[in-house]
Amino acid sequence: MIWYGIIISGVLNFLTKFISLSYFDTSKMHPRVKQILSYVPSAVFPAIIFPGILIDGNGTLEIENNPKILASIMALIIGVFSRNIIATILTGLAAYWFIIFI
Amino acid sequence: MSEKLKLFSKGIIDILPLLIPVVPFGIILGAIGVELNFSPLEIFATSFIIFGGASQIVFLQLFSSGATSLITISSTFVVNSRHLLYGASFSEYLKNLSLGWKILLSYLLTDQAYAVSNIYFEKNKNDVLKHFYLLGAGFFLWFIWQISTLIGIFLGSIVPEKLGLSYTIPLTFIALLVGYFRKIDHLIIILLSGSLSIILYNAPLKSYIILSSFISLSVALIMIIFKKGKNR
Repeated sequence: MIWYGIIISGVLNFLTKFISLSYFDTSKMHPRVKQILSYVPSAVFPAIIFPGILIDGNGTLEIENNPKILASIMALIIGVFSRNIIATILTGLAAYWFIIFI
Repeated sequence: MSEKLKLFSKGIIDILPLLIPVVPFGIILGAIGVELNFSPLEIFATSFIIFGGASQIVFLQLFSSGATSLITISSTFVVNSRHLLYGASFSEYLKNLSLGWKILLSYLLTDQAYAVSNIYFEKNKNDVLKHFYLLGAGFFLWFIWQISTLIGIFLGSIVPEKLGLSYTIPLTFIALLVGYFRKIDHLIIILLSGSLSIILYNAPLKSYIILSSFISLSVALIMIIFKKGKNR
């Protein structure tokens, strides 16, 4: 099953790029299509971020005593100011380890 | 040095700074794959065949949580749909290339390769060899990504579970999104999608990613239409 999944996802990912590169043209695209595509990261990534922080391994919501919340807020603050991907990840990870180990 | 090789090398040199986050991301991906109990070959295959960091993480995460193939594949596709814009914006520059070149360059096209090549293409519209620049940038990122994944697979099997490596998944996506938090309309969509994903987390078939994404994109579309109407 997993191999079918990997291959189909790979083919779809390739076709997304190949078909648009071969047949689409941004200068002829409706501006609204371009605009809506620029929102894809903002619409998709939070659906991975929020459950990753707020939902524990058993599928239950965890708000109290959750070190990931504070660590993520610190990562976000550093990230928004530095706009640096590594600094953001390292801040979050350092804060998380600090809270759980110390 | 031939002109082709010169352009190929220029692509490599220009993409170098953008590879700094790619290396840890690839390592994290490999390590997470191990933590989610995928075999080294399966993890490496996602890097080789799917070849898209964010979509690979979504793929591995959903697959390991028992989502159906249809949900896993369509969620992965949604994450990747932004590439439509990259391909489309290069079609004008690359329209005279052979089918083989288009296949190769489509496979190698990534966020970073797009970013550097777009700048170069705009400045060198009439250079008939400009695709060698994209080839250099695209190939080099591809190469580094494969190596980083392998390092991650190796490290993942020796890093203790107690370190909570799976937390690097949301963290990585926060990092990819930091540029958007300052824009109010994007912030609204971010908070909406995040809240929806929590509310819909127990929706059937692990469909929360795709449902939250679609509802949020619909709201974004309404916002775009509304904003346009106001400016008129």
